Amino acid sequence: MDTLILSRIQFGANISFHILFPTITIALGWVLLFFKLRFARTGDQKWIEAYRFWVKVFALSFAMGVVSGITMSFQFGTNWPGFMESVGNIAGPLLAYEVMTAFFLEAVFLGIMLFGMSKVPSWLHTLSTFLVAFGTTMSAFWILVLNSWMHTPAGFEMRDGVAFATDWWAIIFNPSMPYRLVHMLLASGLTVAFLLAGLSAFRWLIGDRSNGVRATLKTGMTLGAVLIPLQILAGDFHGLNTLEHQPQKVAAMEGNWETGPNVPLVLFAIPNEETRSNDFEIGIPNGASLILKHSPDGVVPGLNDFVTQDGTVLHPPVAPVFYSFRIMVATGMAMLLLSWSAVFFMARKKRGVEGLPKPLLWAMVPMAFSGWVATLAGWYTTEIGRQPWLVQGVLTTEAAVADVPAPMVASTLIAYLAIYAALLAAYIGVLFYLARKAAKGEPLGARIPAASEAQVTVPAE
Amino acid sequence: MYLFGDPATWLPLAFAALLGLSILIYVVLDGFDLGVGVLFPFADPDEKDRMVASIGPFWDANETWLVLAIGILLVAFPTAHGTILTALYLPVAVMLVGLILRGVSFEFRVKAPVKHKPAWDTAFYTGSMMTSLSQGYMLGMYIMGLEVTAFTLAFSAVTAVFLTVAYSFIGATWLILKTEGALQLKAVRWSKGGIWGVVLGLGAISISSPLVSPRIFDKWFSVPEFFLLMPLPLMSGALIVLLWLSLRRLPTSDDSFAWFPFAATIVLFVLGFFGMAYSFYPFIVPDQLTIYEAASAPESLFIILIGTLFVLPMILGYTALAYTVFRGKATALSYD
Ligand code: HDD
Ligand code: HEM
Ligand code: HEM
Repeated sequence: MDTLILSRIQFGANISFHILFPTITIALGWVLLFFKLRFARTGDQKWIEAYRFWVKVFALSFAMGVVSGITMSFQFGTNWPGFMESVGNIAGPLLAYEVMTAFFLEAVFLGIMLFGMSKVPSWLHTLSTFLVAFGTTMSAFWILVLNSWMHTPAGFEMRDGVAFATDWWAIIFNPSMPYRLVHMLLASGLTVAFLLAGLSAFRWLIGDRSNGVRATLKTGMTLGAVLIPLQILAGDFHGLNTLEHQPQKVAAMEGNWETGPNVPLVLFAIPNEETRSNDFEIGIPNGASLILKHSPDGVVPGLNDFVTQDGTVLHPPVAPVFYSFRIMVATGMAMLLLSWSAVFFMARKKRGVEGLPKPLLWAMVPMAFSGWVATLAGWYTTEIGRQPWLVQGVLTTEAAVADVPAPMVASTLIAYLAIYAALLAAYIGVLFYLARKAAKGEPLGARIPAASEAQVTVPAE
Repeated sequence: MYLFGDPATWLPLAFAALLGLSILIYVVLDGFDLGVGVLFPFADPDEKDRMVASIGPFWDANETWLVLAIGILLVAFPTAHGTILTALYLPVAVMLVGLILRGVSFEFRVKAPVKHKPAWDTAFYTGSMMTSLSQGYMLGMYIMGLEVTAFTLAFSAVTAVFLTVAYSFIGATWLILKTEGALQLKAVRWSKGGIWGVVLGLGAISISSPLVSPRIFDKWFSVPEFFLLMPLPLMSGALIVLLWLSLRRLPTSDDSFAWFPFAATIVLFVLGFFGMAYSFYPFIVPDQLTIYEAASAPESLFIILIGTLFVLPMILGYTALAYTVFRGKATALSYD
């Protein structure tokens, strides 16, 4: 394998690992704020119980997000120097604003949020929680501005192969930014909703009947049920926006080869780039035309439009885009089914969590990580769908890669993969370990005597 | 935009200064928490908890200065960024893996089952070592102009060790400030053991950089520069003597002067840093690329500068708030 493909795999692996944790922290910060405010309002112990458990998940996820994020920020220099040399004038300020307005805010106030509860006045602690949540959301905002700009670049001009900013407003509010931001924030909310419900269902199933676990299960499923229709709607708008700006990506998502009217909505198929057709196909007649053009004879772009006379292929690889898009949508449908039935059973005869049938509770446990699956699948659709471009129409991925020997990239790639696999296993293991401990009513911190209070045991977290 | 003369001259300079400032803050702040990690094997389990408690609320923000530094390099000097980081590809990767290991071990060591705790402690120590050693190695390579020869490799191996010892020294002085009793006594011992690393490290860099680069030699050893610069080594020498004297008297019965070694070490790091900055100016890639050649478009730099002027004081302000909230001796960390 050459340096390019290895660097791409390495970048894909690093960002995939990174995104898992911000997806949790972005929304979990707001959920923690919600718990804290509910407690302040009602004085009900269950909210503080919920806060205590989930703040640990937050701290752990945050640490994972930070360390993998630091890796990300070095990647541009070590593997993609061409990226900064060519679009640095635009990417640079956006990244700088992310560091200055988001990273410092969250990193500094995280200390106070985690360890300051008894050291600072309650309002300052609540304010710190708010600022951490706000900081993570700001990070998402800036990085998504950059990412959207890479898909739908605007507000710049090229001089000697280098992009110069001409209109910062147009750069920040580039055509796909609002859609991507909304879709990503909703994705984060959904990921957290199902994680909340999944871990709480697990605790419930192993016998935890505390009010805290009731509260989080209900919060999770309600949040999921509210957000999923919004997400499907947002996804639809996002797709229409992509159709306008990156039709080749939509053609790959739909698995449609020939431009024309009455295009079916392909539910499943095996796209084949050799024969340039689908080997096997189940579809709903006129479906794609209806969804994308709102009329059965609407004309939908096909992949064959993006092959030049001499046979150069200008569209992305079809199969990965096609499959990952289906994985995302299928996960979304599963989320809809699960959360709406849960809400239905909880509302029926007002029985709350008691009204949930066992199988449904069991289904929630693996669905705890459904948000991760959908988010990764969605990002793969988006990012692979942009290939061969790194910045659509401006810079190809190939042109940006570093001139580092392939074996060197291979060795770092192996190191990263090994460490990510180990950490992911440890992370999931610890989540369930904490859940089991909480279910047994044990204190959550490992009990260790602290130096000055040698005899008294204090949870040192 | 021409308020202060030609922006193509002063903007790169301003950003070089900002870059220097964030590297300096990073080395001091993450220096002490990396150092605490390097000292881990010498402490017993109770003391380890106390040591982690002393850095727990700060480490994340400390590392953010590294992100800012690399961000400024990337944003303001894109060509230098690519050149330096691809030349240092492997040590950067070692550092990143180290940062990953230590960053997550903080959390895992208290959340994972108790029987796994020693393993996470080892990961914390290993990660801290990997990070410190690779940073020292990169410093050496940078001073040697990023060229790989047997000599530069040997030199970088030496700087790797010295920087690690220097970090453990500032870490130990931080512990003198933040702890009491037996651990504080130990920290004083550790500091006495580590001070030679600082002396040798500063010495090695001060002697070798002028010898390697005739340009740096001229900058230091011509008149009148030589005399103007004299205060720098003299002050460093005086500080080292004071540090040594204070370490012999610490800990005092009423804990007075526990702050002194840490404060003095910061000043020492600052002096060393200014010496290096003076040697390398105006180059960003030693003897190859100056800050003026490497800088990005003035328009983009200007946009960032405006933001920085507003945001940097705020960052410094709430960093000060965090250090005030967690001032005093480190107590057991808890989420309550
Ligand atoms: C919980 C996560 C989640 C769920 C349930 C869905 N998505 Fe999604 N989707 C994302 C998480 C996500 C994402 C990770 O956030 C992406 C990747 C990049 C982006 O901006 O959003 C994304 C991208 C993405 C794109 C690509 C846009 C582009 O490449 O420019 C489209 C067309 C959709 N989504 C559409 C949908 C539809 C029709 C869904 C209906 C079920 C859906 N998504 C569910
Ligand atoms: C928002 C910030 C992001 C930026 C600036 C960004 C930037 C990039 C860059 C530089 C590449 C080119 C290297 C390559 O081809 O591998 C790339 C490709 C890729 N990215 Fe992203 N990315 C972002 C978000 C994501 C996320 C969140 C994911 C996944 C979870 C992701 C998944 C991928 C994948 C799988 C590729 C490989 C595509 C291919 O090579 O076929 N990206 N992206
Ligand atoms: C190329 C792309 C990316 C780079 C260079 C990057 C860089 C970083 C860095 C350095 C940190 C650590 C900040 C700290 O020290 O506190 C971080 C954290 C974070 N990132 Fe990323 N990131 C990228 C992609 C993304 C994406 C795609 C998202 C989400 C949409 C995201 C959202 C966040 C959030 C919310 C945090 C803070 C919370 C946490 O660490 O969990 N980042 N990122």
